[in-house]
Amino acid sequence: MQSYTKYSPELEYVLRIADNSLIMGHRVSEWCGHGPVLEQDIALTNIALDLLGQSRMYLQYAAELMGGEETEDSLAFLRDAMQFRNCLLVERPNGDFAHTMVRSFLFDSFHYFFTKELLNSSDKRLKDIAEKSLKEITYHRKFSAEWTIRLGDGTEESHNRMQNAVDELWPYKGELTHPDSLDKKMAKKGVGVDLKKIEPMVGEFVGQIMDRAGLKTPQDVYMHRGGKEGTHSEHLGFILAEMQFMQRAYPGQKW
Amino acid sequence: MSLTASSKVSEKKIWEVLENVKDPEIPVISVVDLGIVREVNLNDNEVEVLITPTYSGCPAMSVIRLEITTALLDAGFENIKIRTVLSPAWTTKWMSEKGKKALKEYGIAPPMDDERGEADLFGEMPAVECPHCGSGNTRMTNRFGSTPCKSLHQCKDCKEPFDYFKCH
Repeated sequence: MQSYTKYSPELEYVLRIADNSLIMGHRVSEWCGHGPVLEQDIALTNIALDLLGQSRMYLQYAAELMGGEETEDSLAFLRDAMQFRNCLLVERPNGDFAHTMVRSFLFDSFHYFFTKELLNSSDKRLKDIAEKSLKEITYHRKFSAEWTIRLGDGTEESHNRMQNAVDELWPYKGELTHPDSLDKKMAKKGVGVDLKKIEPMVGEFVGQIMDRAGLKTPQDVYMHRGGKEGTHSEHLGFILAEMQFMQRAYPGQKW
Repeated sequence: MSLTASSKVSEKKIWEVLENVKDPEIPVISVVDLGIVREVNLNDNEVEVLITPTYSGCPAMSVIRLEITTALLDAGFENIKIRTVLSPAWTTKWMSEKGKKALKEYGIAPPMDDERGEADLFGEMPAVECPHCGSGNTRMTNRFGSTPCKSLHQCKDCKEPFDYFKCH
């Protein structure tokens, strides 16, 4: 493995996108066999599979940018937590179904507008992956937004659980559309997405759904940040302990 | 025969071989009828096949690559390169009429090229014709099915559940 101390800006940027899908996909896949009803178990597993497929396309690209022995597998299974570049929201635990739906709803709302904008990237590879992924992300957003409305506007129990989940997860929403120096640099180069441009689109969509769901938007909330730069919550370590177990226990193990 | 003419003949032969490579999950439709083979090129004894994934995470893709390679080797071709292309993204509009017919006979309702309800919240999907009894009186039971490309439906007349190869 190479040392990860010197990521090029392009590589760093690709890893951010890849790791969001990888960790989100892994989290959603934890529902496999545990869904509240069979239909939703299948739905969540399908969504996890899409996200995993998307992360593979981005990680394959990242591995090419790194050169040498790097592969999509070494990037997924042999990096340590601080080398991951996903935002904090996607590593939040599943909690109950309401937490999972609110996390998906916030992520999918961002992911949709982000990927749509990535279609304009001057980087052909990123543009192609975005084109491939967007149709899938459209279904994900429909699924999580519908559940947000259904449960938020459901029974007292489902409404309270949804509002709890919103209150708990809201502080992790800011990082998604808050541009740091790398985001700004890549947007300026025409490679990356201008987060300032999509922020109002994401905000408007989230607001509309929250209104229809009868959920209150938390006000004046402190927004956590750091995942994109590699400073993670303790949850990521537990995810990796499970996701990377085979390669850590049996190095070089092949399927 | 000129070189161009003979390579045209061989490219035609490659397409014929690929016509017999079936989707591992739905063994009645070939990779050509599914629309995932985009291009076939024969240059200096190298066979290049361009394929495009149906869904990003479709686990059948690696099996399909292997089966294409094996089928071409069996047919006497060598130096086979299979390249994945992502753009333009695969769509069910590329599925052949022959493929749709085979799906229906197999018990899977073929895509209807009607994307209503795919993106709009709570948008109703169009009623899919039951592949068993032909009734249009059916309902969707789950937007997501046993593979990423299918949704689950039930016929209200013959009561049979069935898969629909959804528009994408």
